[in-house]
Parts: sequence; C-alpha cells; structure tokens
Amino acid sequence: MKNKSSLQIATLDQAIELGLKKEEFQEICKIMGRTPNFTEMSIYSVMWSEHCAYKNSILWLKTLPKDGPHMLVKAGEENAGLVDIGDGLACAFKIESHNHPSALEPYQGAATGVGGINRDIFTMGARPIAQLNSLRFGDIKKDRTKWLLKGVVKGIGDYGNSFGIPVLGGEVFFDDSFDQNPLVNAFSAGIMKVDELISATSSGPGNPVFIVGSSTGKDGIHGAAFASKDITEDSMDDLPAVQVGDPFQEKLLLEASLELSKSDAIVGMQDMGAAGITCSSSEMSAAGGVGMKIDLDKVPTRQDDMKGWEILLSESQERMLVVVEKGKEDEVKAIFDKWDLNCEQIGEVTQGDKLEFFQHGELIASLSPKSLVLGGGAPQYNREYKEPAYYNEFKKFKIEDIEVPKNLVEVGHFLLKQPNICSKKWVYEQYDSMVGTNNISTNSPSNAGIALIKGTKKGIAMTVDCNSRYVNADPEIGTSIAVSEAARNIVVSGGNPSAVTNCLNFGNPYHPESYWQFVGAIKGMSAACKKFSTPVTGGNVSFYNQSIVDGKEVPVFPTPTIGMIGLVDDVEKAMSMNFKNVGDSIYLLGHCKNDISSSEYLYNYHNVKSSTAPYFNLDEEFELHTLVQKLIKNSLINAAHDCADGGLFITLAEMGMTSDLGFEININSNFRKDAYLFGEVQGRVVVSVSNDMQEDFSSLLKSFNVPYENIGKVVENDFIIDNESFGSVSFCKEIYDNALALNL
Amino acid sequence: MKCGVVTFPGSNCNHDMIYALGNVLKQEVIELWHKDSDIQNCDLIVLPGGFSYGDYLRSGAIARFSPIMDSIIQHANNGGMVLGICNGFQILCESGLLPGALLHNNQQKFICKNVFLKPSSKTTPITKQLNEEKSFKIPIAHGEGRYFADDKTLKELTKNDQVIFQYCDENGVVSEEVNPNGSCLNIAGISNANKNVFGMMPHPERAVDLLLNNTDGKLIFESLLN
Repeated sequence: MKNKSSLQIATLDQAIELGLKKEEFQEICKIMGRTPNFTEMSIYSVMWSEHCAYKNSILWLKTLPKDGPHMLVKAGEENAGLVDIGDGLACAFKIESHNHPSALEPYQGAATGVGGINRDIFTMGARPIAQLNSLRFGDIKKDRTKWLLKGVVKGIGDYGNSFGIPVLGGEVFFDDSFDQNPLVNAFSAGIMKVDELISATSSGPGNPVFIVGSSTGKDGIHGAAFASKDITEDSMDDLPAVQVGDPFQEKLLLEASLELSKSDAIVGMQDMGAAGITCSSSEMSAAGGVGMKIDLDKVPTRQDDMKGWEILLSESQERMLVVVEKGKEDEVKAIFDKWDLNCEQIGEVTQGDKLEFFQHGELIASLSPKSLVLGGGAPQYNREYKEPAYYNEFKKFKIEDIEVPKNLVEVGHFLLKQPNICSKKWVYEQYDSMVGTNNISTNSPSNAGIALIKGTKKGIAMTVDCNSRYVNADPEIGTSIAVSEAARNIVVSGGNPSAVTNCLNFGNPYHPESYWQFVGAIKGMSAACKKFSTPVTGGNVSFYNQSIVDGKEVPVFPTPTIGMIGLVDDVEKAMSMNFKNVGDSIYLLGHCKNDISSSEYLYNYHNVKSSTAPYFNLDEEFELHTLVQKLIKNSLINAAHDCADGGLFITLAEMGMTSDLGFEININSNFRKDAYLFGEVQGRVVVSVSNDMQEDFSSLLKSFNVPYENIGKVVENDFIIDNESFGSVSFCKEIYDNALALNL
Repeated sequence: MKCGVVTFPGSNCNHDMIYALGNVLKQEVIELWHKDSDIQNCDLIVLPGGFSYGDYLRSGAIARFSPIMDSIIQHANNGGMVLGICNGFQILCESGLLPGALLHNNQQKFICKNVFLKPSSKTTPITKQLNEEKSFKIPIAHGEGRYFADDKTLKELTKNDQVIFQYCDENGVVSEEVNPNGSCLNIAGISNANKNVFGMMPHPERAVDLLLNNTDGKLIFESLLN
C-alpha cells in the first residue's frame, strides 16, 4: 500500500500536466510496451524535458564546430569541456544558466547556479580556480529589478565566497525586456592532471553504486520541468521547484571528490543537478552501456515517508552518484568519513539496458536508460522558424535622421553613468576575487580575467560576453560579434583564444519568431568559432525566457552568452588596460565608420530602439587580433583595451581611470563626431605606446592591413578632446564609480 | 620557523597560506587537521581564512570547540605564537585569546578589495620591522570584519600598544573615510597583551607573489618570522 501513488498507472492528463506532449506520451507507451506507472512517467517527463534532453535545440547544436587540436573530450561527453593546456594539465570549464529559479527566488536561485556549475567542474576531478558570471536584469529604476539584482549578487557572493573560488570577472546588463525574467549565467573553470579525469560513466556489473553528499529532501522536485516552461504570473506556485544551497557541504564534497580522484577506487561519478538521482543514474548507465538496480530505501533523506518519485526527482543540491570498483568500498567510505559526508551504497551496476528502482521491497520503476537520454531515445525535433517583422523595420534606421548633439561633453557624462557602462564595483566587491591567490587582474586590470596556474608561469585568460541588444537587432551578426568580442578580450589581455562554452538564453522554441533568433545565433556562432579556431565544448540552452504579462508575451533579448578561455604562455607578458606613462602615444587600431547602430548612445541617449547591429567584419576582426597578438609578443605596446559598449570615449576613459591618468586626443574629421566617440563599430582596439617602442611599433603596423591612427597622447589629469575638457580623471571617476550604487 | 597551518573543514585560505609560508617565505610548514589535537611542536600556529564550519551561526563560533583549539589555546598560554587571519581572527576572538568581537560590516555587505594598512604598534613582532611611514596594500575579503570592543578594552589596547594595524589611505592617514567596515578606531588587527597572539582581518598571504604585482604582505610575514 505504501507504494500506491508511485505504482498507479499514469494518464495522458498527468503527462501533459508534467510538460509532456501527447505524441511523447504515446511514444513512451510504445517504447515500454505498456502504459507507464506514475513514477516512470515522472521520470520520462524530466528526462525528456527541454532542460535535460535539449530536444528542440540538439539538431542545431550539432552543427557547431566541435573539434580542435587541444580538445580532450567531445561536447556533451562529460560534465564540462576539457582543454589540454600542456605540462600534463587540463582546464575544465563550462557555463550554465539558472534563470528561472532566480526569477522566483533570486538569492537561492543564483546561489545554487554557482553550486551547480562548480560541481560540474570538480565531478571531473578538476579543482575550480576561477568563476565568472553574466547577469541581465530589467529597468534598474523598478523595485523588482533592485530586489532581483541585490538577491542574485548576494546569492552568488555568499555561495562562492564560502566555497572559496574567486570571481575574476563578468558582465551585468540592463534592459526592460528582462523585467520579469532575469538571466543568471554562471561560469567556472578548473585545473586538473589529465590522467586524473573522472568520467561520467558506469561499467562492470556487480560494482556498487553510492550516493554521497547531502541528504535528499523535497526541494527542487520537477525543477527541470519548471525550467522548461514560461515564466508567468502564476510562476510563484512553482516555488518548491527552487533548490536551496549549502556552500559548506559543497566545499566538503569538493575536497572529498578530489581525494577520490586520486584513488583507483572509482569507476565513474556524476553530480546530481537537474532530475537528481534519475538523471545521474540513467546518463551514467547509458554512457557505459549497462544497467543499474537502486534501492531508494537506502538513500539518506531529510524527512520520513518521501514517495519514490519524490526521491527520484528531488534536486537537493550537493550530491553525487559514484560507481565504485567492487572490493574498494572501504577506501571510498574512509574519504567521505574524513569529511563528515554521507556515503551510502544504494545499488549496483547490472547487465543489460535496464534501470530498476525499488522501494519498500517493491519494484516501482523499470525503464531502459538508453530510452531516457539525449542521444538515445529522447526526442529530437526540427522546429519551424520565421523571420519576425521587426527585423526589416530595424534595417530602416538611418544615421542621417539623428542630429549630432551640440554638447558632446554632456553625452560623455551621460554615458559614464549608464548602468550598462558604469563601474560594476557595487557588484564585484561583494565577490571574493582574490581567494586562491591566482588573480593576475587585481593589481593589473585587463579585459579578460587571468588566473595564474600555480607552479607555472602560465595563465588561463577567461571572459563571458554577449551584447544582447546586437543579437536582438541581428541574431547572426550579433552572435558572431559576441564570439569576436570574447576573443578580442582574450587577445588584448595577452592570451590565445582556445575554446568556447555557451549559454543560450532564448524565448519559447515553439514560437517560430523566437526560434528564428536561435537559429541565427547558432549560424553566427559557428562562423566566428570556425574563424578563431575556438571549438564549442558544451554549455547549456535555456528556452522559455519570457514573461506573460496581462496575456501578452514579452520575450527577453536573445542572449547567447559566450564563455571563452585562452592560454597565456607567460603571465609576465600579460597585457593590462591602464595607461602607463604621461606622454605615451595613443593609437586606435581597426576600421572607423559613421556608425552608431545599436549603440548605448543611440539606444539610451537618443532613445532610438530600432536599428541594425553595428558594423562588423569577421575577416577584419581576425586580422586585428593577429596584429595585437604580435604587438604584445614583441612588447611594442604597454596597454590595450577594446572598443565596446560606449565606444571610443568610454574605452579611453576606462584606460585613464584605472591609472588616474588623462588623455588628449583629436577627432578624425572624416567622421561624425558622435559616431567617432560613441559609435560601437566592432573590431577596434586602443593601445598606448611609449617613445622607445615607437619605431618598431610603426614598422610592424606597416606589415599589416589593419588601419591605424595616432589619435593623441596620455596626459596628467584631464580628458581632453579637440581641445575641450571632458572633465578631470577624478571627476569622471566619481561619476563612473558611484552611478550603480546611486541607482540602488 | 616551524609553522602549523590549521585546516578546518570550511577553510578556504589554507592552501594560500601554505603556499605563502612554504613556497614564498621558505618556512617549514605542517598541515594541521581540525580533528587532531597534536600541534607537532610548531613554533607558529596559523588559523587561515574561510568559513570554518560553514559559519551559518556566527563566524568562528563553532571552530573554537574543535579538538585542535584546546591545544592551540594551551600553546598560546605558554607564550607560543598564534596568528589568525580573517576567519582565524574571528576564531581567536570567539575563543577568548583576543579581546573584542567581529561584527557584520556596517554596510551589511561582504566586501573584497585592496585596502591600505598602517602598522600602528612598535612593539609587536608582526609590526616591529615594518616602516611606519609606509602604508601597506593588503586585500580584505569579509562580511563580518567590523572590530568592536567596549571603550575600556579599546583604551587598554591603545595603552598597551596592542593595535597592530589600522585602515588608512595610500599616504598612511587614518580616517573614517577609509574605514571599510566601521571598525572601532579603524582597527584592522590586534595582538594580545603578551604580544604572542595576533589577529587581523586583511589577508597578507594574498600579497606575497611578484607575479600578482603586490608583495607588501611578504614584509609583514618577514617581520613576524625573523
């Protein structure tokens, strides 16, 4: 009788309520040769959810470039991508979203996002060394936005600070389209010895299966299904689908897992994220071509009388499933005992394609693990897509319709205090950025974060980038820009771009216009990743990022966040962005255009919301990167910073404010003044050059096709453009540093 | 000097401290585990930063009851040197080895950044070799770092020259403006009356590596170790 609810035969209505389609329910019945019981149907509903099965994205994801000379595992094969960095070491890295939980409960939503991504890294046997995050919120003037921002930042901080991994960088972007549905994308990178890789697989019938870490509670049940539907006014009903984080347990689990990776007792391990025990047991079994028998009575639980399906679907955090070599159980138990963690044998590996769950002595679910997983029986759909009407509207924008403002100083100050441009100090000072003593950028600010690999002179440069506004204006070009900006940030920091992880945040895939954005993004990403030889190692897709307010759908700006890593061979040669000496020459490298499209200046100063993506050319971008790499290698520049949000003026201001130095430049009269200073034409970098570098610098530039222009020099105190002062460094810094806090 | 670095389960600055003392300052370093009680004849015991037991209650409140702490208290009472950084400082206050308490920062937020420190005491080993004209650039990273003590204790600390570091500006000027967390008297670190137990919120172990472009922390360790 105890298993009554678990064993009840499932109905189509229940299946639909849990997010399955009618055809999918029929397919399940066909696979099983019978109608599933409630537990089995619940398992299919999460395993075939968008979140676990990537059913509406996988066919397009497969078109992304995956191969590169340094790839150690294929995309999707392990919990995270793995890149060979030489000396027997590898870097594991990945980015993941936690948007839906953060929309309901920003603190726990963001905290468990950080926990989940770090678990993906150390499950493989790598010690996380650095984190980044990419956040998007609505209108900063709204109370809801302030509540979300404060909660998310505190959640990321409290979890990451306690866990003890530094945050090296990130981005925060505001736009009304994120009012209801913020985006919280968390990135982590770790370092490991290549031969200590732990695989997410299972093998050897008779080998014991353990659950380790926290006890299992009722939190996060159906979280994966929740993540696969729209955020609506009724979403608060799904609050129990949000998990609760415990960074102290995570820290213990990290240390124990890394000790485990050095033992020879382990066959495979996978962390429990979405769909908990169900997902980890089925994916590991499917990967190893074996089955598993699990007794749910043995799972340590937080409360009595949990139903079988509750234990199976719980997304309680800080847990792992471990397959151990038979006879070595005591070795494993001793490690977890040292760290005071649960370590319970709950089952064993079996022969054949059968996953069996028992409770109270009764078989409550029996399924084929292969039929559950992505790449096995999970559905894969081709979705319809259609160009939305706005796309052509945006193309009608003409710069001639915008008058050049008389007072450019005022525009400069306006931009300095824009939430999208101003200092994010209020955010990043709440994160421990220095624990681990590997953050090169603390005392030497650079575009990408750089983590020193202790015991070597090498560093890993890393960045997360995406201008959602550009992607909205043109998904294909906008996403190529996101990849290029990431590569540019790594290159100007002295790194060599190596590989990409992505977090694809889009609207409802069943809406052809939203899906058109997704398809365009994949095409743009492919093109740019091929150009920069940066294969995509994995990541995640988050659909259904939109709100339904008063019956009207508001999709978020499409946001394919690009996480990129690159290798810095010698951190002493890493390049910083701050001006160095008064008198140094300032050069602008790259193509200038009369272009203000999709700039912060056009969008927020002129309030023109529809325009195309800014000027971009992939080949020119690539050549610029090659040039900058050569300049850094030959020590011919002493600072480099790319032109991004806010254009040339903001680039120069940031180079000055980080060193308390000013600049004096002249505007090239071939261009509109506003376009020259505030336009966001892509593929441009500002560098400073000292007198003794000048000659070699000039001769190297001549051997490239990249346009360059000596625009002025570094001066002591003021920002001077065409003989007009835009204010002193300290004045501008005051505006830039305090703007965000003043808005909160 | 034989240095023992204690690892509590939630310590997260223990590896940084071991690296600083062992790899950079070339000292003999012993890793001590919170469940042990033998401190292996170490001359200096270091309690590193982190969140010893999760610190969900009050930072350091549970760590003081760990087996290793009894031995450390005995070591301190016998005149042995003990240094607590950040969470280590909180544990030393909780265990009564140092006076006062560390409260939530006055802005109620965790804060991580470089700050400047003025070496205030002339008589404690950790500051005695430091140039008092110089301000030392050292990072802080804490949510509960506001040093608090009653007036009587503060007067005694000052009178006995027990205030080892105060928050100051780049030029060594101590003012409320540069007090990052609301600490009484801008106190960043103190010693006990015997000057063998030291606690400070800033992290000198994060400022010892030339590759990270800041070695001010190395000077502080050198003063203590020599």
